[in-house]
Amino acid sequence: MTSAAMTRPWDTDSEHLLRELAPRVLGVIARRYRDFASAEDAVQEALLAAFMQWPQEGVPDNPFGWLIQVALRRITDQARSEIARRRRETTVAMEVETVALPADIEPDMSMDPNDTLILLFMCCHPALTSSSAIALTLRALGGLTTAEIANAFLVPEATMAQRISRAKQSIKASGVPFGLPSPAERAQRLPAVLHVLYLIFNEGYASSVGMRLQRLDLAREAIRLARGVKALLPEDAEVAGLLALMLLTDARRAARTGPDEGLIPLNKQDRTLWDRLEIAEGIELLTAALSKGAVGLYQLQASIAAVHDEAARAEDTDWPQILALYELLRRVAPSPMVTLNHAIATAMVDGPSRGLELLQSLDSDVRLAEHYRLDAVRAHLLEMTGDHESAVRHYRSAASRTTSIPEQDYLMAQAARLEEGLGGTGEETIAPRS
Amino acid sequence: MKYILMMNTMRARQGVPNWRQADLQAHIAFMKNLNRGLHESGELVSAEGLTFPEQAKLVRAGKDGAPITDGVFPESKEFLAGFWIVDVDTAERAYAIAAEVSAAPGPGGAALSMPIEVRPIMNAPSQEMF
Repeated sequence: MTSAAMTRPWDTDSEHLLRELAPRVLGVIARRYRDFASAEDAVQEALLAAFMQWPQEGVPDNPFGWLIQVALRRITDQARSEIARRRRETTVAMEVETVALPADIEPDMSMDPNDTLILLFMCCHPALTSSSAIALTLRALGGLTTAEIANAFLVPEATMAQRISRAKQSIKASGVPFGLPSPAERAQRLPAVLHVLYLIFNEGYASSVGMRLQRLDLAREAIRLARGVKALLPEDAEVAGLLALMLLTDARRAARTGPDEGLIPLNKQDRTLWDRLEIAEGIELLTAALSKGAVGLYQLQASIAAVHDEAARAEDTDWPQILALYELLRRVAPSPMVTLNHAIATAMVDGPSRGLELLQSLDSDVRLAEHYRLDAVRAHLLEMTGDHESAVRHYRSAASRTTSIPEQDYLMAQAARLEEGLGGTGEETIAPRS
Repeated sequence: MKYILMMNTMRARQGVPNWRQADLQAHIAFMKNLNRGLHESGELVSAEGLTFPEQAKLVRAGKDGAPITDGVFPESKEFLAGFWIVDVDTAERAYAIAAEVSAAPGPGGAALSMPIEVRPIMNAPSQEMF
């Protein structure tokens, strides 16, 4: 494929290297050709070629140059066949655009950190549905193959390939040039970008251990992508907040499910299983971010995660601080889900009756009235008041509406436990602090 | 979010529809076109048509665990004719696809207005419990 000397053997680091290089190569090719869709296809092919060849032949001396050359060759072939096709169809003489392959990497073929930022805003373009943006981000920025992404979302590879191709068509149709959005537009669109990363994280974090063994670890991918964005936008407090939130949440991953993959609630988790390094890094990031001024949605959620992570035992949790943070969050980013969590914190500080009162405001909210989560929280607070009969009813109602099997198992077990009078009362295990 | 769209139309012993050739062709073309569209939009996870109810068996485990098969079904019951599994962003999108399926042409090209049962598939990520 290239004449470069092959010196290093393939190992797991090589795979990481490939994934790290993918968006940089794409940035260079897309900048040169001003055609994101074709450039992205060419880089994916170069990536697949590397995955085929490097494990056999070793990692080239200049892996970046190798990928650039292969991608350039692919995009040139594409352009040539396109011109040939048009010639056949129209018989109009056209100048063949000659694209010389650089013998060595020219100075203008070097990486520009802005390229990756441009790609990021492109992949999370407002014209895209969230599932399309997720798929495209994982491929173009994450350096993942279509097969890996399809496997992670449990859909056929052909389906995922179509989703990505359709996403690129939408971007093309929207006429967005390959360039960095203005600072004002960037500020406006950054929340959508961060939301895409958050969705990727959540999909991975919340999947069962068994699924993670078979599938790509999306939570890890999201953290890796968020680290990349943090490096590009080091001064943005919300980017740091999102990365901190991911780390502070991911730190609890090993403790959140039991050996049978059953869900373990926060107050019953074995906290010795929490990842101390991730917690320390998350808190450091968060502390630095909070000192920057304006506090946003991710910093607040990260702060709440940090308060939980800092409690050595569930009963040491600083619920008044969590309550204050939820009150802030309700002002910064009000949503029914925030109100639900606010009600739990209220119950822990002021008692379950106060929490139940807050839930009443959600009964008329069409976004949540039929949602299992409202029933689940109500069941939990009713259990705290000692009204086990009502709690059982609401646990079962929640179980009948969730679309997650582990949640359904958990909620049905809660109802069964209360009904059988086993495991004591709610007050015993989760006593309010005050 | 994944949804299953279930098309319940067939009755036992009804057999293949006795439509005119043009109507059959229009129906088949409609379904092929619909599936192509779902594939191209990156939403189709799978689509299967099922054999006619004559080939269906009801199976229960016997005392030794061996299968005991039961044959023909009651005339009145509706049977699953086929299903789609789609991966879409909203429930509304799943309903829109179901409406398209429901409008498949029947005899004389008139919309069949088949009832399509739409149900979410239990594969949502599980949230932190309390």
